[in-house]
Amino acid sequence: MRIFAAPPIGEYKELSQEHFIAVVKRDCETCQLVEPVLAELQSGATLTVYSQDDPTFPESVRGVRDDTALERSWQLNIQTVPTLIRIDGDDEAARAEGWVRDEWQTVARRAGLGSELPAFQPGCGSRTADPGMPERLALRYGALQLKARAIEVADEQDPMEIAFERGWSDGLPIVPPTDLRVALMLSGTARKADEVIGLIPPNLVECTVEKAAINAVMAGCKPEYFPVVLGVIEAALRDEFSMHGLLCTLWFAGPVVIVNGPITRRIGMNSGGNALGQGNRANATIGRALQLLIRNVGGGVPGEIDRSVLGNPGKYTFCFAEDESDPDWMPLNVARGATPGSSSVTLFHGDGVQGIQAWSARDPEELCRALAASLWAVCHPKIAGWSGAILVLSPEHYLMYKQAGWQRADVEAGLKEALKRPGKDLVTGAHGIAEGIDPSRADEMVDKFNDGQLLVVRAGGRGGAISAVIGGWTAHRRPDDVQIVTQEIQL
Amino acid sequence: MRNEPYIMRDPTAETSPVMRERRPPPPDLSGRTVGLLSISKERSDEFLDTVASELSSRGITVARFRKPTHTKPAPEAVLQDIVEQCDVVVEGLAD
Repeated sequence: MRIFAAPPIGEYKELSQEHFIAVVKRDCETCQLVEPVLAELQSGATLTVYSQDDPTFPESVRGVRDDTALERSWQLNIQTVPTLIRIDGDDEAARAEGWVRDEWQTVARRAGLGSELPAFQPGCGSRTADPGMPERLALRYGALQLKARAIEVADEQDPMEIAFERGWSDGLPIVPPTDLRVALMLSGTARKADEVIGLIPPNLVECTVEKAAINAVMAGCKPEYFPVVLGVIEAALRDEFSMHGLLCTLWFAGPVVIVNGPITRRIGMNSGGNALGQGNRANATIGRALQLLIRNVGGGVPGEIDRSVLGNPGKYTFCFAEDESDPDWMPLNVARGATPGSSSVTLFHGDGVQGIQAWSARDPEELCRALAASLWAVCHPKIAGWSGAILVLSPEHYLMYKQAGWQRADVEAGLKEALKRPGKDLVTGAHGIAEGIDPSRADEMVDKFNDGQLLVVRAGGRGGAISAVIGGWTAHRRPDDVQIVTQEIQL
Repeated sequence: MRNEPYIMRDPTAETSPVMRERRPPPPDLSGRTVGLLSISKERSDEFLDTVASELSSRGITVARFRKPTHTKPAPEAVLQDIVEQCDVVVEGLAD
């Protein structure tokens, strides 16, 4: 998380000698406790007290300044009230927070100060630290200056309708990207708002962290999702992912995002029941943020450069987490080279979901054969090596493998074997179907998928011995040009 | 009524795309060079070979180009070669 810091200040020149600043609020018992101490300090020293909530408090101190707008508190980076600060010349020399008698005596350089009070009483949170307040203050006092064009919505206009009219929406309502919402989104990363993430296809326009934040707001993301969104964008922009081609294709596919690692639990992603469906905010909005960014920053719009014949509902959003609850199962990102325990996104070029019913298998080899028979249908049952796939392995199916002692490598090897088919059944013309592989391969045993293009991912709820296939893009037949990517998330 | 103006931030690239008028097609192809750009899809050559032989049989000069993969935009150098050498271009798809 990022804390928006106030710029350094040098506004004490009017007071040349040593003086003190105290910041308090009435709604704090410790501030009320120290009122006599502040009055005592004011006799014999220059003390300016700022009140965050009520300028009539403390009554026994002279010249209390109204800081209900929190400007001074924010400039002084006050985290706790009461805070006592000693200023020498232009510089802060010492600070005490809450009530710690020894510290106050040191800061005030006055032995015996507050001797009638208890030795210690913790302070209260400064109003500058209230939820959303650091971002409001950063905007109000100029520490955060958004660069994107400001669009004013007249009183009689509906911001959501403006967003539709301007073509910012995928067809569903968006969350209006107000300054405060964008600032809150930016608080979800330590990266600077003007940092350029990369060039967004198809128009290859520079995308800043701020533009990503605006689109993440519109998609409905919470600030804590933003590091995942940034990781997704970085993955999509890697040359080998070929986002431009994926956007232009006639095929159904769009980016499918699989998230691994501790961040999935921290932000409450769904890897369980209905993981591929609706109802989880993080799953729904992280995938949507990428699609909105490509639409709005990149200019990728259906009917224009997006030439998909049919598309698929996943082009609104398609994002889920892998179930990592069983330590025996190697997570997808680790299988693809990520450090164990790290958080990553894996981007796949995927279509919609095809269900597999396989209730009758009674051993892991048979289950591989049953799953493979459904996987043959990806792209076309007679075509091999054109489209990869994700096999989303449900808990019931996984349990059969686990009980047999199978781990990821065993499942992948078992599927690869079960997915081999005699070339004579696949060649052009076989079974009266012209679609098919080259006739020269009639005597081979043919692999359905190119190496590395079948991703096995665990997700789903209990109760059904069913799993899912997510078919891949036909450009997987060019594995040198088009690759599935895994990208570590910068936290 | 709101007290402060309601501001939204523009999520787009803030670039106004320039819509260029398409250049009028030449009245005929005599004395011109036609570029044929293969996008490297299956059977793209088959299609463009046919176009090339049709054009050649009418005495029209043909120049052939290829982008490395249909999954990515054409490299700048290929586009520059076409601009430099051709009056007209046919970009060939096939499947």
